[in-house]
Amino acid sequence: MNGEMAQLILVTVVTAATPLFLAALGELVAERSGVLNLGVEGMMVMGAAGGFAAAYVTGSTLVGALAGIALGALMALLFALLTVVFAVSQVASGLALTIFGLGLSGLVGSGFVGLKRDPAPHLSIPGLTDLPGVGRLVFGEDYFVYAALALAVLVSFVLGRTRAGLVLRAVGDNHGSAHALGVPVRRVRILAVLFGGACAGLGGAYLSLAYTPFWSPEMTAGRGWIALALVVFASWRPWRALGGAVLFGGATVLQLHAQAFGIGLPGQFMSAIPYLATVLALVLLSLRRRAGSVAPAMLGTAFVPDR
Amino acid sequence: MRDWVKGAAVVALAAMAGSAARAEDKLKVGFVYVGPVGDFGYSYQHDQGRQFLQKQFGDKVETTFLENVAENDSQRAFEQLARSGHKLIFGTSFGFMDPELKVAKQFPGVKFEHATGYKLAPNLSTYSARFYEGRYIMGEIAAKVSKNHTVGYIASFPIPEVVSGIDAFMLGAQKVDPNFKIKIVWVNSWFDPGKEADAAKALIAQGADVIAQHTDSAAPLQEAEKAGVHGFGQSSDMAKFAPKAILTSLEDNWGPYYVGEVKAVMDGTWKSHDTWGGLAAGMVVMGPYENMPADVKAMAEQTEADIKSGKVKVFAGPIAKQDGSVGVKPGEVMPDKEILGLNWYVKGVDDKLPQ
Repeated sequence: MNGEMAQLILVTVVTAATPLFLAALGELVAERSGVLNLGVEGMMVMGAAGGFAAAYVTGSTLVGALAGIALGALMALLFALLTVVFAVSQVASGLALTIFGLGLSGLVGSGFVGLKRDPAPHLSIPGLTDLPGVGRLVFGEDYFVYAALALAVLVSFVLGRTRAGLVLRAVGDNHGSAHALGVPVRRVRILAVLFGGACAGLGGAYLSLAYTPFWSPEMTAGRGWIALALVVFASWRPWRALGGAVLFGGATVLQLHAQAFGIGLPGQFMSAIPYLATVLALVLLSLRRRAGSVAPAMLGTAFVPDR
Repeated sequence: MRDWVKGAAVVALAAMAGSAARAEDKLKVGFVYVGPVGDFGYSYQHDQGRQFLQKQFGDKVETTFLENVAENDSQRAFEQLARSGHKLIFGTSFGFMDPELKVAKQFPGVKFEHATGYKLAPNLSTYSARFYEGRYIMGEIAAKVSKNHTVGYIASFPIPEVVSGIDAFMLGAQKVDPNFKIKIVWVNSWFDPGKEADAAKALIAQGADVIAQHTDSAAPLQEAEKAGVHGFGQSSDMAKFAPKAILTSLEDNWGPYYVGEVKAVMDGTWKSHDTWGGLAAGMVVMGPYENMPADVKAMAEQTEADIKSGKVKVFAGPIAKQDGSVGVKPGEVMPDKEILGLNWYVKGVDDKLPQ
C-alpha cells in the first residue's frame, strides 16, 4: 500500500466519521445538561431532507447547511417543549421524535427524490492541498469537516473552562441544587437540547450535501443511534467522542477495503468489526481509569421546580 | 373469534355483492406497498406499474394503493381493500405473504397476487422477476468495457437472489473474458447510501473500473462518476445520477404484468399461478445502453434478444462451481427451483460466500 492509497482511505474515514461526530457532539451537550434525547436519528434525517431541499432550491450549500441546522433545532424545540416544559418521559418522547422525523422527512423531501447536486465544495489552498501524502487529508477536506473540528474546540472549551459550561454541568449533575442557587434550570436545558438538535441537523445535512449528495428517505440508515452510543463510549467527553467517531468510521471503511482487497474473511464478520472494535476500546478504557466517566447524575430525570 | 371472522366475511361478501352490481363496468384494483412510493426504488417501480395499468385501461379500472404498510400489520390493509369492493389485490412485498394468504381465504371471491412469495391458494397467485437475466448482460458489458479486467461488486445479503445475480454476472463476463476478475464487498444492508459510497470507493481504489451493485441507492453510481469509471443502475433508470458513468440500468417493470392480470380477471380467465418472468415477459427491462463502443452495444442487444427468444439460457451447463466440482452438467439447464435456492459461486469468483 502506497502513501496515496493510505491518504485516500484516511480521507474516506474522515467523511464517514464527520456526521457521526457532529450528531454525537450535540447529543453530548444535551446529555451533560441532564436530558437524554433518543430522537437523534429523527433530527438527523430532517436535517438531511431539509438541507438537501434548501440547497437544491437556492443552489447554495451554505444555505442547505443552515436549513439543516434550523430543522434539527426545530425538532429539538418540540422535544424540549415536551420533556423540559411539560416533563413528559424523555425516553418515550425521544423515540417518538425519531419515528416522527423519519416520516416527516419523507414528506419534506418527497419532491426531491431522484435529484442530485454537486458535492459540497472542498478547501483548496494552492501549494498546500497538492502536497503529496497529506495535502488532501489536511488541507483538502470539505468545509463541514473544519466546521466540525471548530465545534469540537468550542464545545470542549465552553464545557470545561467557562462559567456557562459549569452551569450546564451543574444542571446535569444536580438540578435541585442548581435551582436553589438561582440557575434557570429549564432554560439551560432547552438551550442544550436546541444545540443538540442543531448539531444533529448539521450532521444530517452533511449526509445529503457532502457524503452522498442526493436525498433519499431514511438515508441516515441508523447513524443517529450510533451517535447516541458514541456519547456513552466517549464517557461524555468531547474529544473522546471525536476519537470514537474516527475509530468507528475507520473500522467501517477499513473493513470495506479489506473485503475489496480480498482478505478472505466472511462479510458478516467484517461488518461486525466496527462494533467489536468499539467494545474492545470500551473495555480497555475502563481498565485504564475507573473514574474516567463523567455521566451526568440527573440524566433522564425531569425537573419540576415546585416539587 | 371464529364466529366473528365468519360474520365479518358474510358482511364483506354482502358488501361486495352490492358494489359489484353497482360497478359492473369498472374493475377496482388494489395495491399494497411496503415502502413509500417516493423511494425511487422498489415501491416506486410498483407504483409506476400501477400508473401504467391505469393509463392502459382508462376509466375501465379504478386503482387504489396503500403505501408504507408495515408487514406485520398488513392484514388490515388487505381486508380493507377486499371489503371496499376491490376484485384484484396486489401485495408487493415478501413479508405480506401470510397476512395476504389469510385474507385471501376469507374472501374467496377476490383475486389476490403476492410478489416474490411462494405460497399459493386457489385465489392467490405469486409473481416475481428473473433479474439474473439482466445481470448476465451486465457481466458481458463489464468484461468488454473494463480495462483492468476487474469489476467491483457491491452486494447486500448472501441470499439466493443476490448469489444468483453474482453468478449470472460472472457467467456473462467469462463468456467474453475467461480471466475476468470480480471483487465483492458485502455491505450487509439493502440501503445505506454512505456505506455503499464507501464500498464503491474501496473497490475503485483496489483497481475495479466497473462498479456493479445489488443495493438500492444511487450512491455507488455517483462515486463511479466522480472517479471516472463505469457503473450500472439498480431498479430504475439512474442515468441522471451519472450521465458519463452509466452503462445501463437493470429496471423492474411490473406494468405489463399488471395489465395482463387485469385483462385475465376481466375476461374471466384468471387462474391461480406462479409467474417468474424475465426479459421475455418484459418484467425485467434493460435501460438504454450508453457510454460504450458500438460493437459492445450490439453484443448486449444481441444477448438480450437471445435471452428473450430462449436461445441463450443463463444457467445452461456446463457450469463449474467455485471449487471446480460440477454445478450444471453439459447439455442441462439448472431447474428454476435450484436457481431460487442458489447458494454457491461459479468458478472464477474470488470471494468466500458468507454462509
